[in-house]
Amino acid sequence: MLTLQFIPYAEIQGLSSGRRTKKLLDAAKQNKIVLLQGRLTKQEEADLIQKTMEQIDDKFKGIELSVIAPGNMDGAWHEKVKQQLLSLLMGDREGFTIIGPATIVKEIRKDPHKIQLLMKDKRKR
Amino acid sequence: MIGIIRRFINKFFNGLFKKKKHIKLGLYGPPNGGKTTLANRICKDWLGEEMGKVSNIPHETREIQIKEQIVIKSGGKELSFNLVDTPGIATKIDYEDFLKSGMKEKEAKIRAKEATKGVIDAIRWLDDMDLVIVVLDATADPYSQVNITIIGNLQARDIPVLLVGNKVDLKRAKLKRVQSAFPQYNLVGISAKYGNSMEEFYEALFKIAS
Repeated sequence: MLTLQFIPYAEIQGLSSGRRTKKLLDAAKQNKIVLLQGRLTKQEEADLIQKTMEQIDDKFKGIELSVIAPGNMDGAWHEKVKQQLLSLLMGDREGFTIIGPATIVKEIRKDPHKIQLLMKDKRKR
Repeated sequence: MIGIIRRFINKFFNGLFKKKKHIKLGLYGPPNGGKTTLANRICKDWLGEEMGKVSNIPHETREIQIKEQIVIKSGGKELSFNLVDTPGIATKIDYEDFLKSGMKEKEAKIRAKEATKGVIDAIRWLDDMDLVIVVLDATADPYSQVNITIIGNLQARDIPVLLVGNKVDLKRAKLKRVQSAFPQYNLVGISAKYGNSMEEFYEALFKIAS
């Protein structure tokens, strides 16, 4: 059975960077596909990759990660300022982050208009 | 955050007391984009010798490689740097993928372990870079999260970036797609393997470094 876990931004808002990435990685290691409201900072994304690498072994092969950012950053300057102010005050709750274990999610294909989660053939896992 | 503060302090004091003689020029990107092939091309062009081994199997470079004091010249200008070739950054490494290349299980597991350490080191070294060339395979999907994370981290650290679309000698190469994924950067399309458009590459490097 495939589990999709939704994590609202409020659930990670008060956590330190280290605990945020740990929470996401722990869920992926339990073979869950995580749908996080909002996004990590770029530094946290890099930390998540580092922590993932530290934990790779014969069973855990890593993660597939994709961030779907809002597409309104090409708008007028006052829209960009508004977005950045909101991010500063409320956190990066715009968009979604998808994280799945590499043993289940083969690839996340993304272009500006669509996202495709390609799953691994169960017999090959 | 500590890295950003350290970088700011380094930049401030370097600017105050001396002009940096040799900048650290990093090659970053996903595995098999052609970072080491480009490093070899640069070293062959200016030093007459290669820097590292290349292969079609991902994660051939699993340790940071440094070639010191490379001096390149273009249009009467001179640029000297230490070239840092980094292991490809990935979010997953499966030793079973290496088995497909004919490796024995033990060898594949060792390679996978070394590759994970290489990714960690590559990310750690980000803070030490003065300038980064992001090498992307122009035949591959440019919207991969690894590419976005690398470029986002460089942007956050205020490190100048030269974006390279490699393997333009292949028919499947789509430079326009790479450019549309990262419109904020100037893109240079090259073939590091055959040396195509290297003059254009060096000119772009001078522009970014100055």
